[in-house]
Amino acid sequence: MSRMKTLTVNPDLCTSCRMCELACSAKHSGEFRPSRAHVHVAVFVDDAVYIPMVCMQCADAPCMRVCPSGALARDPETNAVVVHEERCIGCRLCVMACPFGAIRYWNGLARKCDLCGGDPECVRVCNGALGFDFEERDGAAARRAYAQRLRHTLKEVTA
Amino acid sequence: MMSAYAGKILRIDLTRGEARTETLDPDLARAYIGGRGLATKMIMDETNPNVDALAPENKLIFSTGPLTGTTAVASGRFMAVTKGALTGAIASSNSGGYFGPELKYAGYDMIVLEGAAKKPSMIVVDDDKVELLPAKKLWGKDVHETEDLLHLQFGDEFKCVSIGPAGEKLVRFACIINDKNRAAGRSGVGAVMGAKNLKAIAVRGTGGVSAARPVGFRAACLDALEKLKAGAVTGEGLPSFGTAVLVNVINECGLLPTRNFQQGQFENADQISGETIARDILIRRRACMACPIACGRVTRIAEGKYAGAGEGPEYETIWALGANCGVSDLNACTKANYVCNELGMDTISAGATIACAMELYEAGAVTRKQTGRALRFGDGAAVVDMMTKIGYRRGFGDIMAEGSARMAAKFKRPDLFMGVKKQEFPAYDARGAFGMGLQYATSNRGACHVRGYMISSEILGVPRKMDPLTSKGKAAMNIAFQDLTAALDSAGICLFTTFSIGAPEMLDMLKTSTGFDYDLAEMLAAGERIWNIERLYNLKAGFTKKDDTLPERMLRTPMPAGPAKGKKPPLQKMLSEYYRLRGWNSAGRPAKKKLASLGL
Repeated sequence: MSRMKTLTVNPDLCTSCRMCELACSAKHSGEFRPSRAHVHVAVFVDDAVYIPMVCMQCADAPCMRVCPSGALARDPETNAVVVHEERCIGCRLCVMACPFGAIRYWNGLARKCDLCGGDPECVRVCNGALGFDFEERDGAAARRAYAQRLRHTLKEVTA
Repeated sequence: MMSAYAGKILRIDLTRGEARTETLDPDLARAYIGGRGLATKMIMDETNPNVDALAPENKLIFSTGPLTGTTAVASGRFMAVTKGALTGAIASSNSGGYFGPELKYAGYDMIVLEGAAKKPSMIVVDDDKVELLPAKKLWGKDVHETEDLLHLQFGDEFKCVSIGPAGEKLVRFACIINDKNRAAGRSGVGAVMGAKNLKAIAVRGTGGVSAARPVGFRAACLDALEKLKAGAVTGEGLPSFGTAVLVNVINECGLLPTRNFQQGQFENADQISGETIARDILIRRRACMACPIACGRVTRIAEGKYAGAGEGPEYETIWALGANCGVSDLNACTKANYVCNELGMDTISAGATIACAMELYEAGAVTRKQTGRALRFGDGAAVVDMMTKIGYRRGFGDIMAEGSARMAAKFKRPDLFMGVKKQEFPAYDARGAFGMGLQYATSNRGACHVRGYMISSEILGVPRKMDPLTSKGKAAMNIAFQDLTAALDSAGICLFTTFSIGAPEMLDMLKTSTGFDYDLAEMLAAGERIWNIERLYNLKAGFTKKDDTLPERMLRTPMPAGPAKGKKPPLQKMLSEYYRLRGWNSAGRPAKKKLASLGL
């Protein structure tokens, strides 16, 4: 298997601008329509916490497992779990099964993130919170950021 | 079916409790773009400019633009347009956040509010379901409590605008707040909402906005996005330090108004600068919808008597509460900012009114018995204390709630009001930037920086550097700024984008989204049309050339020290040139020929 890229999320860098929702919905629904975006920024104003929620493209994906018609399958090119519309019967079992609420449903079909075939539109417009990187580097930015903080603490302690 | 626009207007008669929808007229949309322009046209057509701003006959319009809610950079904007309670002039206050886009997703370009509810009320818009409900339980609550209660009752996907106690009590500079800390700030639009007995509007929309030419629009948006990310101001200065990055800049240039404009430099500017905010209280930055700049400051005062959290201060606020009151205590300024957000008041007018009261007090024009406490420049605790009293109209706060023009007149010192058309100046002394002085004098909503931000050229050098201390070329540049800004406010994107993009980029986004075959001349003519109709409104409301002026202190007292020492703006000279270039007569009235050419 070739090296796969995945969508990475760093909530610390999110500014809650929701540009990802707009770009995603424009690409997939033809409209600027957050209610139909495959990415959703959960904004907790009082806590100053903003978390972009995306499809995790689970290795053992509950949506694939519950699908009775085999409409959800992994794309070998991108590793994304994608909806094959011609097989989807619109039963919404996948919507129920997804622990992250990442599957949407409209006009009789299940809809979900397909990583835009390997060039995610959300990443293109994001300020840095969303990335598209090789799986083995997932978390690298967060590790580095935490290590930086630790470095400063250690410096203070040993100074 | 129109592209970019929702295509519908929601009209609510609060007196009768009836709502109906109307179709947006495409020809009017094209001529006035949307937002500020289209709403002003409707206010002009549907109301008498002589009406009392607080009377039921005044209307209040929440208006989005065609770019609102799209991927156009910083497109989270809407305008609140009405006759201003502070000024009696046309008021159009701009705000960001999520409310404007949500309104479009619900299917409306604007909400037109008519009449006044008999009892405290709120409006709930859930796509095409519209309800006018009693708001007795919300009345008296601050803005944050109000939004929390609305979210609890209806769900947290609802985006809200509301007024705080200040709006309910008709404080003349009350604002309308949305998404907790975003404000349609100036001219008293919140008092108009309060007079209509309307506490809040909550909106949820599941629909979408389309672009006429999706491929072209996407390219235009990405081009603008890249330019904003690469720009020095929009990609570095504002993201890192917020608008308060200007404190040190403006202070160095000698036009940071200090102690009610008695000086042009504040000796403790560094203690209230954007850099200090970033170091001491900033938690993280926050963006409005679709904005890569994220100038919003989420802050926390960690300890002490002002401990708490919220958003701000931004530049105008930290100036009004800080330098202009001679206060260098960042925590006190930040706390006073939080109070403004919670009670729903314009930080500029509130701070400037406190500064004016401080000068009245120090000059002996008001006594301690009248004010109930000492009001001396530099006293941060006094600023925090008075802010609450103004918001609830308690004690001397009741007089201050009328604004500094009325307050200074009451105490026989009208010369101590620092503003134009009863609206207080923002954070730039006209003696240090003459073009800004002309802008203040001619702004259609009274003293204001965001009708034509001449500081951009005179101090920051965008789009080109002009000498701030000369009148040369200022009238022409000011007109260009005013017209472009009117178009921009109507399109639905943030003024801050213009630090990195200009008319060509805006035109590109506007054309491809609406499908209107605009060229540059038509777009700028729309801006000019909007400026002129605002002017016509003000003339009918009784304003004359005499009101296009500056306080005596600006015109007769030279700047005492600093880089602009000895300077004062030659207003009459600039004003004559401005009228002539606008195609107005010497009395400041648009000539028939000009109006005809603009289709007015």
